[in-house]
Amino acid sequence: MGKRVAIVGTGQTNHCSIRRDVNGQELIREAVTRALADAELTIKDIDGVVIGNMDHFESINYVDCWSIDGTGGYMKPVIKLTTGGTTGTTLAIGGYHMVASGMFEKLLVIGWEKNSESDTTGAINTATDPFIDRAVFGGAVSGLALDAHKYMDKYGATVKDAARVTVRDRKNACNNPHAHLREEVSIEDVMQSDLLSDPIRLLDMCPRSDGACAIIYASEDVAEKITPQPAWVLGAVNRHSVNDFTEITDNSTLDSMVEASAELWQKLGVKEPLKELDVVELYQPFSWAGLIWIEDLGLCKKGEAAQLIWDGVTDMDGELPFNPSGSVCATNPIGATGLIRCAEIALQIQGKAGARQVPDVNFALATGFGGCYWTDLVAFGSKKPE
Amino acid sequence: MDKAAIVGVGQTKHAARRKEVSYGEMVYEAVIAALEDAGIGMDDIDNVITTSNDFWDGRTISCMATSDASGVPGKNTSCVEGDGTFGAFYGMTRVLSGSYDTTLVTAYSKGSEGVSPIISNAAFDPILSRELGLDMVSACALQARSYMDRYGITEEEIAQVSVKNHGNALHNPNAHMGLDLTVEDVMQSRQVASPLKLYDISPISDGACAIVIANEKRAKQISNQPVWLNGVSFCADAYSLGDRDLFECQALEKAARGAYKMAGIQDPTKEIDIAEIYDAFSYQELLWSEGLGFCEKGAGGKLVTSGATAKDGSLPINPSGGLMGAHPVIAAGLIRMVEAVYQLRGEAGETQVNKQVNTALVQGLNGVCGQSHCVWILGRD
Repeated sequence: MGKRVAIVGTGQTNHCSIRRDVNGQELIREAVTRALADAELTIKDIDGVVIGNMDHFESINYVDCWSIDGTGGYMKPVIKLTTGGTTGTTLAIGGYHMVASGMFEKLLVIGWEKNSESDTTGAINTATDPFIDRAVFGGAVSGLALDAHKYMDKYGATVKDAARVTVRDRKNACNNPHAHLREEVSIEDVMQSDLLSDPIRLLDMCPRSDGACAIIYASEDVAEKITPQPAWVLGAVNRHSVNDFTEITDNSTLDSMVEASAELWQKLGVKEPLKELDVVELYQPFSWAGLIWIEDLGLCKKGEAAQLIWDGVTDMDGELPFNPSGSVCATNPIGATGLIRCAEIALQIQGKAGARQVPDVNFALATGFGGCYWTDLVAFGSKKPE
Repeated sequence: MDKAAIVGVGQTKHAARRKEVSYGEMVYEAVIAALEDAGIGMDDIDNVITTSNDFWDGRTISCMATSDASGVPGKNTSCVEGDGTFGAFYGMTRVLSGSYDTTLVTAYSKGSEGVSPIISNAAFDPILSRELGLDMVSACALQARSYMDRYGITEEEIAQVSVKNHGNALHNPNAHMGLDLTVEDVMQSRQVASPLKLYDISPISDGACAIVIANEKRAKQISNQPVWLNGVSFCADAYSLGDRDLFECQALEKAARGAYKMAGIQDPTKEIDIAEIYDAFSYQELLWSEGLGFCEKGAGGKLVTSGATAKDGSLPINPSGGLMGAHPVIAAGLIRMVEAVYQLRGEAGETQVNKQVNTALVQGLNGVCGQSHCVWILGRD
């Protein structure tokens, strides 16, 4: 068996819409410096670097090579992983395997994006097959709008239910000094905001942000020497099964989430995730995901999510708080977004989450979404796995 | 640490243009070949690593284009962006982590559907150097000149690499091209970016490659001739060309040291039987040979002149023809691994070297002028 692996340090930039004061390397360096300081390590202690973003946003080829001055990867092993929106969690899963393999002891993992320098929708358009999908599925919003409609039709959910999810996350974001959007919004604000693609309105949708996130993984040989409370990786599962949007037959369910969570819960022996988990950071690019996907995670039956949301079960003081950070509806530097979910979970387990801290976090989940309706899941715990 | 081995390999017939297949169909050819070679089915594959590059594909999230062809549906998966040797590294760690017994690693490029100078120009800093018009060929011409000036290497010495590798490629049935050249032919070929001439530069090809990596237990079940991954290391140098001594390759030296240490190699010239290395340009085979410790610094020209690196030499380099024979960019390093596997198994056909091959070295790289190198040591034991 491989080594057990934990996050021992995290660093994030203060995310915002445009960082004119830094270039990409400098943005990355900010997150790296903060992660090293958090772990009380220096770059000399780091054995290797894993980095990712989405190339066409900044139009820089071979980002692993270009970013050396920011990552501190000079004369170290540097590898790039990229899978679209899931890039951040893909990085977290990649770093985990590379340390678990015994090839590295202390590994720096970095996700970043400077979306202000991109035509985000233009770049996303080129993800789709040029012959089959591209003329139909433009950018990220239109496909998600289809999900919302299908879900409403099938389960009777309303736009007000979805708005309640945004209200929760935007409220939580006010407690997160790193969040991009730190203003509370009301149900009415969401329902009256500009319509993007029916039924999705501006405040249902994530922003695009400039930001970077870095985490430091350590193997079981050194993790507890670096920090008294490492955030141990308990399991990592994903599904990237679909590669044309036209293959999706039922938009009211995220099949990849259903499959991946079933495998994860089975691996970890989880029977009732709603009861057993202490906190979840859901990669939630639009409000409807906060309904549809929590069902697909197995927290409740299909069609029951809205009730759970209105009952406050996922609020900060609820049974299973979701997105104490404010999640993606408040902050979205795309290549970093999934990694931020993992960093935020590490903060929760380490008791370092400040005003957004959930008490007594022992078992928590970070998710990633991207590509063509793909899901990444990473489970973390406070106790070293058996 | 557990051990890992390559138990199946496959590649397409590489060509200047594969009009008849999409990216996915091209990858599927390589995947089927690798599974057939391993004698297993897709159900025996536990997880998949694809290797691609959004710029070469002209598609964002380029892994979307080949995930079904790589057997991703229903499996855990990820994507490395960069040379296939790096994809193989991640694939190996997913086995050594204890999470999976087998990893399928795929890599591909369709050079015919992209414009190489624009794609490689995008690797340069958008503010400081991109507008100068630098691309892979012009930057590597600077490196070649720097190397020649530093050590007195001649264009004729460099041309011998082109003669050797294009000649070797004539015997490789998967190669995109092979040429029977003389040093004079190379010297008289069209000047592209001085000192690089047409025959000093590898072609850009369409092609795909796939390997199956397994942990020790599964490897022994699947294959009666697993090729063991005995050493691997990678390392990145500074980004700005001005921050590097281009006639040196310190990142390659460090990667080689790491791979040799892991594989227990003391003297690479004695212990390595063949090498498949990244000869995107003919001078690079000489420079990388120095970095790998095959000869002293500055002695790359003498090394090729001595005949040591010829197919019947003491340390054959690129008996397959290397990148001079086929260069589907992102797959190029993974193809080197496949060619090394053929040699180790004694199944390289007309490119098989005329001696027992117990240990092979493979090198892949990322970035401009070999900024980031990955070195593998593969062995029969």
